[in-house]
Amino acid sequence: MRTARRSALLFLFAVCLISTQAFAQWSSIAPGRLISAEDLVKMLQSGKDKPLLLQVGSHMLFLQAHIPGSEYVGPGASEAGLQQLRKRVESLPRNKFIVLYCGCCPWNHCPNVKPADDALHALGFTNVKVLYIADNFGTNWVEKGYPTAKGE
Amino acid sequence: MGVGVYSYRHSQGSRPDLATAKQHRPAPDFTLPLIDGGQLHLSSYRGKVVLLDFWATWCVPCREETPHFVELQQRYGGQGLQIIGVSMDDGTEPVRAFYQQFHMNYPVVMGTADVGAAYGGVLGLPIAFLIDREGHIYAKHIGATDAAVFDKDIATLLQTP
Repeated sequence: MRTARRSALLFLFAVCLISTQAFAQWSSIAPGRLISAEDLVKMLQSGKDKPLLLQVGSHMLFLQAHIPGSEYVGPGASEAGLQQLRKRVESLPRNKFIVLYCGCCPWNHCPNVKPADDALHALGFTNVKVLYIADNFGTNWVEKGYPTAKGE
Repeated sequence: MGVGVYSYRHSQGSRPDLATAKQHRPAPDFTLPLIDGGQLHLSSYRGKVVLLDFWATWCVPCREETPHFVELQQRYGGQGLQIIGVSMDDGTEPVRAFYQQFHMNYPVVMGTADVGAAYGGVLGLPIAFLIDREGHIYAKHIGATDAAVFDKDIATLLQTP
């Protein structure tokens, strides 16, 4: 009985450890700084508090589809991309409302948004949100019927 | 615990629920540059089973899939399988380095937004298409996919002359 209980506790511990590790990756951007696709669409449609939209992922994906009005300044995973991002925002007031997004791949595997978010934070920007895209831009934005533009 | 389970699920690359239903439309033909020079015409592979993989060097799930594709090409190449990698990287340099590092044994071309759009929009990576010997898309797999799923699809398609 003791062995069975110990095994159960060890199993529970292992599950919690794995979950915590995964959660740590997922939560590396504080939840309060995330914005859902649904909320962003509502915000854009209302015309109030219009953010500067910056796609910091793949240029190839941006050309195929992006949020209307957004600009490409990436990729966030490369220093060259981050320099582009810094250059784009350097003259902006530090309370400028900015929304970053990528959508290249599943959230926990995205190499772009976290570095871009960190770069803006390091520059002193205080009003930045990151669009939470669970799977990819196609699945979580385009296929939902949200507004989309193509090209540069 | 619920959050942990949710996070665990999203921490994995494979999302079998995202794979689309089987399709049967002609695979759009294209001509794209190979990373080592020359061009690849998709239509020249008519008669073979083609696994067309849209990927990029910076894509973690893509990197995890690559060894599986190398193994599949090795196992089924003699029976008529041809894997083709379509890199959605912005330049060839990282792709060439990746090719060497991962001992890739199938051709890799540099993709374009137009080709992505022709395939219904490559708006997330990886995305892989299985194309039958007659040049029709048999299946589309979105996100990292278990090797066993590809194995099953490939074995099915190879059985058809």
